[in-house]
Amino acid sequence: MSHQEQLLPHDRVLRYEFNERMNHWVAAGSFIYLMLTGLAFWSPWLFWIASALGGAELSRMLHPWIGLVFFVAVCYMFALWSRQMNFDSVDAQWWKSLHYYIQNQDDKMPPAGRYNAGQKLLFWSFFGGAILLLASGVVLWFTESLPWSLRWMRYISVVVHAGTALLLIGNFMIHIYMGVFAERGAFGSVIRGDVSLAFAKRYHPGWYKEIVANSNRPK
Amino acid sequence: MSQATLRIQKISGHAGTVPGEDTQREFTVCKLVDTTTCIGCKACEVACVEWNDMPFSQTTFDNTYQTMPDTRWNYWNLILFNEHEREDGTLQWLMRKHQCMHCAEPGCLEACPADGAIVQYTNGVVDFQQDHCIGCGYCVTGCPFNIPKFNSVTKRMYKCSLCTDRVSQGLEPACIKSCPTGCLHFGSKDDMKFLAEKRAKQLREHFGYENAGVYDPPGVGGTGVIYVLHDATKPELYGGLPSNPTIPLAVKFWKHPLKWLGNIALVGGLIGLFAHYLRFGPKAHDEPDVASKEGD
Repeated sequence: MSHQEQLLPHDRVLRYEFNERMNHWVAAGSFIYLMLTGLAFWSPWLFWIASALGGAELSRMLHPWIGLVFFVAVCYMFALWSRQMNFDSVDAQWWKSLHYYIQNQDDKMPPAGRYNAGQKLLFWSFFGGAILLLASGVVLWFTESLPWSLRWMRYISVVVHAGTALLLIGNFMIHIYMGVFAERGAFGSVIRGDVSLAFAKRYHPGWYKEIVANSNRPK
Repeated sequence: MSQATLRIQKISGHAGTVPGEDTQREFTVCKLVDTTTCIGCKACEVACVEWNDMPFSQTTFDNTYQTMPDTRWNYWNLILFNEHEREDGTLQWLMRKHQCMHCAEPGCLEACPADGAIVQYTNGVVDFQQDHCIGCGYCVTGCPFNIPKFNSVTKRMYKCSLCTDRVSQGLEPACIKSCPTGCLHFGSKDDMKFLAEKRAKQLREHFGYENAGVYDPPGVGGTGVIYVLHDATKPELYGGLPSNPTIPLAVKFWKHPLKWLGNIALVGGLIGLFAHYLRFGPKAHDEPDVASKEGD
């Protein structure tokens, strides 16, 4: 595989290429719209969100289409990242050391690759969640066309759609917290694409080693 | 459907209390359908279409007397026919006037997310307010009687309004007015139940219908349309009338335990993440002392 040089000048490391960043923001933008309109339909106390976004009729009309956009973005993520998301032996140790991770003692963590076990779990839950949301969402999209004899599909779908959405919103909150607040540099990496050397060595030492090994830059 | 001068007691998708709740007491209204005296003339179907100004709706001929297989967004009232063969081989021709049941505990209203799209008046009538409807179709999921129907042009849901415009002016619904045999009655729920029980007793004692009875299903808190059936133990024979209708378990689970667990989990998660930041702060790889410790 020909690859882009990842060791950049000024002690920077390329973490996300353009298509990865672009796709991330397509998924993020569509997810946020889906979450906001979904929450508006979830509780009467949040129905005002739909009004703020142009009215609940519009939300009802757009939510399924934006859902398709989100699903396509998640599928592209799968194509980009699924091979890097396989769990390995380091991940088993990572889970055992989770309490160190939570307490920000990252020097005591086993050496993660490009993604640590938590990120892998996030990826797979979004991937599985997107499939469940699409399957149940299609039933709710055309709910009135479903014959009475198949009404059980509606019953399953309302519960699966809401339950999966809750899980993904929980994951989303953790993801935002980690990416924006807890790990300095992570947010920039998905905007500009690069992280510092210290970031790479600290959180993804396995990945950093690969980059050095693959680098064409003269040492 | 109408902007009637009726007080409201329940509102779909509504945050907070119901304005004006309990300020006025009213009789709960009820239609009584005596299936044993229905002749299947469909005058009620025509009266419904006429009074509610609904356009001509194409009929379906499928070798039965039924106008069409199911109600439509602009055809709210349908006589369902069933040729039932009894155990002794004799034939019984069953007809039932099918329309919204106006449940005391309406599943459509429970499932609806749009503020004010479904209301229940203090007289018990459940009414769709199309100007607040968003066309999501959750009412279809909530209804145990397969009543709400979607208009794909206006993207809104429709069903029998129990002629609120007539009822609020002291008139009976159009279907009741048109019935030539007197099998349809309209009045207070108590009066209709009394009349229905009296007729069921008569059927049991004088007509040999040992299982004659009244259909007023308790699973949805009783309904605003009650039936006298020749055989109340087999309501399914009458065009699939469910024997014990309830708001679907999935809808109850979705709207109650799942909602509360989900809300607690999401708010708890937000508080937890904020508390984590206060306790541990951000990860600190870029600070010089940490970076220098790393070495290479």
